[in-house]
Amino acid sequence: MRTMALETPDTGDEVKPIHEVDCVVKSNDRVNDEYRLLVLDAPLKILDCEPGQFFHLLCPISGNLQPYLRRPMSIYGYYPDKGELHFLYKVTGEGTAAMATMKMGDTFNVLGPLGKGFDILPNWKNLLLVARGVGLATLAPLALEARRLNRNLTAICSARSKSVLMSLDYFRDLGVNVIALTDEDATSSVENMRRIIEALIADEGVDAMYTCGSNRILKLLQDVGKSHKIPGQIALEQQMACGFGMCQCCVRAFHREGIIVNERVCTEGPVFDLQEAIGC
Amino acid sequence: MLDLTTQIGTLKLKNPIMPASGTFSEDLARVFDLDLIGAHVTKTITREKRSGNPTPRVCEVRGSMLNSIGIPSKGVEAFLANVIPFYAQYDAPLIVSISAGSADEFASLCEEVSVPGVAAIEVNISCPNIEEDGKAFAMRPSTTEAVMRKLRNATDLPLWAKLTPNTGETTEVAKAAEAAGADALVVSNTLLAMAIDIHTRRPKLGNLMGGLSGPAFKPIALRMAYQCAKSVDIPVIGCGGISNLEDVIEYLIAGAVAVQVGTATFIDPKIMVNMVDGIEAYLKSQGLHSVSQLVGSVEDGEVSDGLVFMEAAP
Repeated sequence: MRTMALETPDTGDEVKPIHEVDCVVKSNDRVNDEYRLLVLDAPLKILDCEPGQFFHLLCPISGNLQPYLRRPMSIYGYYPDKGELHFLYKVTGEGTAAMATMKMGDTFNVLGPLGKGFDILPNWKNLLLVARGVGLATLAPLALEARRLNRNLTAICSARSKSVLMSLDYFRDLGVNVIALTDEDATSSVENMRRIIEALIADEGVDAMYTCGSNRILKLLQDVGKSHKIPGQIALEQQMACGFGMCQCCVRAFHREGIIVNERVCTEGPVFDLQEAIGC
Repeated sequence: MLDLTTQIGTLKLKNPIMPASGTFSEDLARVFDLDLIGAHVTKTITREKRSGNPTPRVCEVRGSMLNSIGIPSKGVEAFLANVIPFYAQYDAPLIVSISAGSADEFASLCEEVSVPGVAAIEVNISCPNIEEDGKAFAMRPSTTEAVMRKLRNATDLPLWAKLTPNTGETTEVAKAAEAAGADALVVSNTLLAMAIDIHTRRPKLGNLMGGLSGPAFKPIALRMAYQCAKSVDIPVIGCGGISNLEDVIEYLIAGAVAVQVGTATFIDPKIMVNMVDGIEAYLKSQGLHSVSQLVGSVEDGEVSDGLVFMEAAP
């Protein structure tokens, strides 16, 4: 498979400057059993973001926690009016553990915004968003943008239990039709999700689908997208070093025009065409 | 008036700071004006298209990183058509890094990239030589000399040989490159290393092993740059773990005429520009007027060659 691969096509679209900025922590509190919300006081120049973009974070060194490389993290919210940048995260390693130690008033160095975000084409009226767990964080700015553009949005949110279901109130407050599925209620199976999506398509129709993270959801949406000819986009992850195209660390493989191509998640992504994506 | 210029053979750089190959691309122009640094060094290309290594291609170790990118390349044609013209807008000289699996392929690629707009060619002879069981050309003096002779015949442009730390014959390799016509040495590439996830028991890199770079590697590359500068008459360009101004100055004192900054740019994308400013401030504070006053100024006394060129920790 790899022998057929080509690397990183030239994108050639608009080239925006990348900003490296010290922000001040406004708050960094636990929002439930597993997740924390980091709110930064951020200058306007870094808040010209697109839903789906990310920042490359220089996590603090704190005692035995000594993260070295920056950590890419999708934007949970960007608010030019309030001058705030939000990240929703779960402590999973050294970088996020170090982030969790930050207190109000600390400075935090961020680089961005980076990458290519989600599209909402003018003729996409009914949008469907499907996410599992923290994946919902990546899709939260999309919900805000959908509302700004006056589109109808349904969000199918799946998680292990109700207590870790992310952002549901946030989505509901934006007028999103939220469908919550959990493992503890045995409602989160792929079969059930498929039934729900098929019903939505039959009912008011779906013009575009968005997701991130889960392989099972990717395969399901690819299936549904193919059979109903519904376009879609997915935000993907990969280990990164530089975060903006230089090092070629963060490539993933994609189907395109009959061959497999490698693209950089940081630059050509992190948002990609749903049908071209390959799970891992 | 402070003189930050440095001379690398026939090439004069306005300051001694340049990127290390593989940690720089057109993308960095989104962060700062690329004419603020002394030279531009492109990511290594191969003649043919290559996809590179499986992921993960990077992992972090304490205070440093491992990578196994595997030289993905769009091929020489795409490079000549897209990359070289991009850099024509800058005054800083363009250094093109190339690699190949055999000496003949190396030479033919070298000829192909010897085009207007290219100021020098960095030959990444730290890559595996398929004719020598995958051992890097620069691990041995004989294979270094053989490939460098063919490269020398293939171009009139300055040739910079990028050496590997994965050798026990540092000075012999450096001398072999010089004897075969290298115009400068870049010391050095990354050190072969490994990391294993103790939970999955899997190697952390998709390619099993990769190259160590970053601060942990600096004392090793600094030692090699020092030894090379002591053993050859051609200029040495220091490379390896340079993360701050102090590291830059240290390499210059050890004998490097310029330095390449790599991994540090991933942490702080503007660091090269800050280093240029920092050298100026440092020269002032020391009452010096030029970078060249620093180069090779190490106070190592009257030590024996046996000490300078040792290949084992005492």
